Amino acid sequence: MAMTMTQKILAAHAGLDSVRAGQLIMAKLDMVLGNDITSPVAINEFKKSGFESVFDNEKISMVMDHFAPNKDIKAAEQCKQCRMFAKNFSIKNYYDVGEMGIEHALLPEKGLVAPGEAVIGADSHTCTYGALGAFSTGVGSTDMAAGMATGEAWFKVPSAIKFELEGELRPFVSGKDVILHIIGMIGVDGALYRSMEFTGSGLKSLSMDDRLCMANMAIEAGAKNGIFEVDEITLAYVNERVTRPFTVYKADEDAEYDEVYKINLSEIEPTVACPHLPENTKEARELSGIIPDQVVIGSCTNGRLSDMKAAAEILKGRHIAKDIRCIVIPATQKIYKDCIKLGYIDTFIDAGCVVSTPTCGPCLGGYMGILAADEIAVATTNRNFVGRMGHVSSKIYLASPEVAAATAVMGRICDPRDVK
Amino acid sequence: MNTKGYVHKYGDNVDTDVIIPARYLNTSDPVELASHCMEDIDKEFTKKVKAGDIIVGGANFGCGSSREHAPLAIKTSGVSCVIAKTFARIFFRNAINIGLAILECPEASEKIDNGDEVAIDFDTGVITNYTKGESYKAEPFPDFVKNIIKSDGLLNSIKNR
Repeated sequence: MAMTMTQKILAAHAGLDSVRAGQLIMAKLDMVLGNDITSPVAINEFKKSGFESVFDNEKISMVMDHFAPNKDIKAAEQCKQCRMFAKNFSIKNYYDVGEMGIEHALLPEKGLVAPGEAVIGADSHTCTYGALGAFSTGVGSTDMAAGMATGEAWFKVPSAIKFELEGELRPFVSGKDVILHIIGMIGVDGALYRSMEFTGSGLKSLSMDDRLCMANMAIEAGAKNGIFEVDEITLAYVNERVTRPFTVYKADEDAEYDEVYKINLSEIEPTVACPHLPENTKEARELSGIIPDQVVIGSCTNGRLSDMKAAAEILKGRHIAKDIRCIVIPATQKIYKDCIKLGYIDTFIDAGCVVSTPTCGPCLGGYMGILAADEIAVATTNRNFVGRMGHVSSKIYLASPEVAAATAVMGRICDPRDVK
Repeated sequence: MNTKGYVHKYGDNVDTDVIIPARYLNTSDPVELASHCMEDIDKEFTKKVKAGDIIVGGANFGCGSSREHAPLAIKTSGVSCVIAKTFARIFFRNAINIGLAILECPEASEKIDNGDEVAIDFDTGVITNYTKGESYKAEPFPDFVKNIIKSDGLLNSIKNR
């Protein structure tokens, strides 16, 4: 029976020759992930259930990134609880302050996810690793606890939507614009319970950072996972980082899809999602009347090196507008160091931005950039829900690093091609 | 298994950030989480909710973050069931895994109004609206899921295996 790429990976991990959409399966896991917010709930459940061992101490990752470096005493207690658990069970991939980065930038960078693997994470943006050709999906803390104990998780096999990409991105347009365009097209529940599979000749114009950004936001269309066909670009990235063997899966030519969309990348414009849903998209040029108080460049969506580069190229030799606060957060220590070497940090600081150690902080209204009543932010993050970044009356516009940097310079939402 | 209660009605795309804002995620204490439940969408919710009450939402209920704190806050606030047109998939999973009853029923989501008195028979999936004198039929759970709920959550079902 013909299968999608996701179905092939799930079948292999369930020990079955084939699976069909709607089938309930129990699948073996290659990685189980948690962070400083979701792991404590999982640890409580793990202990309450009386489990005394983990299935594999090398296949669990815990990353202290959301409220770390600790934002307050309660956050400190949560990190401490994770630290103790990691020590007790010799969790090899435990990343604390100093080593940590934003989890979905860190795991691919460390080679902890490879094509064809099955990953669950107690964080909704775990779908990011689909960029590597892995099946990867967000779950809750109870699933994480069960995964840590048994190395398995239950899944309902998803059907899929295929996105055939063609053409190539124009300058100042990136993966963020493509995924915002797609979410604007299909809606925040347009891929509910399903896979989003990305394929086509356009893939070769998408860098790994573009793909990681796009897969990251599959959840914002309600998808179970987003997944990219593996090509030379994927293999070049993975072979530098992964030493263990892995399997590349490809969808059958005659696999069934619920819907097929053809997208010409060369037609994508710099795109912005307006409050309060990621589906409320407009072209950046339509929003030049919006004057933000704060710009945030970073997050698991857009905190990678090419995002920093895109922002630095626009900010170089310029200064951000008066009355704007611009917060730049490289997503991992390695990206931070690379930014220093390449002179981006000097550029950011000279332009009037503030640069932070890796943290999810402002994206979810944790700390490091909370909005006051009625304030407006332009952010390269992934959600613009009510109150997401602070006060319930504050507003968030989601954009690419190019648009965010251009906006910081011009003091209003700005297409990066219009920066003066 | 049955429940009966008054309805708190909301619209489409109720996200986990309004169910339990991230500023309160520095704790995993269910009672503390429940004291802020629905705060950013309905400030009065925690004052008016009574044990057994029912939340009715529209499409894509529980979208956004994977925080299990969201169904946990709803369950601990006394809500006996959430009915929606559709649920976001991680919320759906989490609710089942922690034993919060949820039902997908587009007709009920559309016709039930705020404050209606509603009863639910979980065995048959029949939702009875006493206020309007109507009843609606929800999709029953598959056996696999029923087994998790019957075991009182995923971890117990694993231990019983």
